Amino acid sequence: MRMRSILAVALLLAAAPALAEEKPIKLKPAAGLDKVEANCGACHSLDYIVMNSPFPTGSFWDTEVAKMINAFGAPIEASDAKVIVDYLKKSYGSP
Amino acid sequence: MEGVITRRNLLGAAGTGMALAAAGVVAREVIGTRAEAAGALALPPGLPAGTRAEARLDALPGKRPLIKLAYRPPNYETPVGYLGTAVTPNDVFFVRYHLADIPRIDASHWKLAIGGEGANGQASFDLDGLKRLPAVEVTALCQCSGNRRGLFQPHVAGVEWGYGAMGCARWKGARLKDVLDKAGVKKEAVEIVFDGADKGAVEKTPDFIKSLPLWKALEETTLVAYEMNGEPLPHWNGFPARLVVPGWTGTYWVKHLVSISVANKPFDGFWMKSAYRIPVGKFPVVSRFISQETAANTPITEMVINSLITSHADGASVKAAAPLSVTGIAWDGGYGIRTVEVSLDDGRSWQPAQLGEDLGKFALRTWSYGFTPKAGRQSVMARATNAIGQTQTAELIPNPAGYHHNVMQKITLVAR
Repeated sequence: MRMRSILAVALLLAAAPALAEEKPIKLKPAAGLDKVEANCGACHSLDYIVMNSPFPTGSFWDTEVAKMINAFGAPIEASDAKVIVDYLKKSYGSP
Repeated sequence: MEGVITRRNLLGAAGTGMALAAAGVVAREVIGTRAEAAGALALPPGLPAGTRAEARLDALPGKRPLIKLAYRPPNYETPVGYLGTAVTPNDVFFVRYHLADIPRIDASHWKLAIGGEGANGQASFDLDGLKRLPAVEVTALCQCSGNRRGLFQPHVAGVEWGYGAMGCARWKGARLKDVLDKAGVKKEAVEIVFDGADKGAVEKTPDFIKSLPLWKALEETTLVAYEMNGEPLPHWNGFPARLVVPGWTGTYWVKHLVSISVANKPFDGFWMKSAYRIPVGKFPVVSRFISQETAANTPITEMVINSLITSHADGASVKAAAPLSVTGIAWDGGYGIRTVEVSLDDGRSWQPAQLGEDLGKFALRTWSYGFTPKAGRQSVMARATNAIGQTQTAELIPNPAGYHHNVMQKITLVAR
């Protein structure tokens, strides 16, 4: 049993790619979606955006996008950041 | 039916014919016809709607389908149905990463470098060298600090975990103190700093680097582990070697370990200074990380006392007037479980559950409680108490990052 399971694991590992197979996340269509996909999606899958909804309120998305730029070093242009925040507030926030 | 977690559901959901015995999941009451695919997913209703919409069963290479919360960096939790045993199988063990660039490491080229200003010299280990040090085994629970964050009310932003960001394994490796001895630790040393091979998608993202106070690093049970449940670590759980810090939350269990540095002053990287912090004095924890404390907050350290009902989900249907066994697990930060009690009257009175095998003070402890439900709705609560008298909280202790959720669980069974 032990030998068989080790063998099975070894075979799996040999065949397995290093990366997870990421399925596309369909975000709500609205102005700015292209910027969100290009900028946010460059570093992380877009399910992170949907995960907390509908709770993000008020300045949540301002803070979150600023954190991505300032704390995590995301190379996002200021003009794009504004478009992204507007999209996120409208599509994945509540007033 | 509704909400009953069975191995049939799990397997059906997994869509695989892999051996059941390996999962160690024991069949329980199978009554009714809940859609099989929903069985293992069985998301708690308290999770944010967005999480419930995007979470799905998905198999990472080498793993069974787990509950995918995020693809990249991968965050996958273990369905509760797999958590009913004291040891969690490798192929259902949860996966949690902060950074998306996760190299697949070739063990024959892997090196672990030891050094730093607080070390007398430098040392380096390859995997064979690490295995030549005395091997130690410890059965220990690895639980994400934010396990159950998704159940916080009011909502706390972050990865919205349900109950399954945890797993217990039999870890084998070298003692960290034996590894450090190769380089030698100066008396000025304050912290030991750990880096893994994973990196952010962009260069400016702070690398995931963690530190431990010297006293915790030098404990006999703190390991650089290369085996998990008798097999090499799975890629997603830190191959070829990871830190094992029994009693402390998963944030310190650095995966794909490549460097260990002895520091003479507190390490001030993002993941220590800004992340994984709890308010001072709010939680009844004994272990302190004094070199990192500020007046307001302190790094999270040991896990708080907790328990989980694994045999039934909230709303599960059971047979009326027939003997029933409700089972689950309990754990703490390494003091050991003294009792688990069950209440059938919303917490007014408590009866002791029977504890299962004791695999050591850092392991999950299984428990079971038998009774015969009458027809109708029956609430079941569970609470654990540890050897130093700590017990679970009745009300959530709010904290900004959503850590240490150990509110007593309450489910309702429907007996027909």
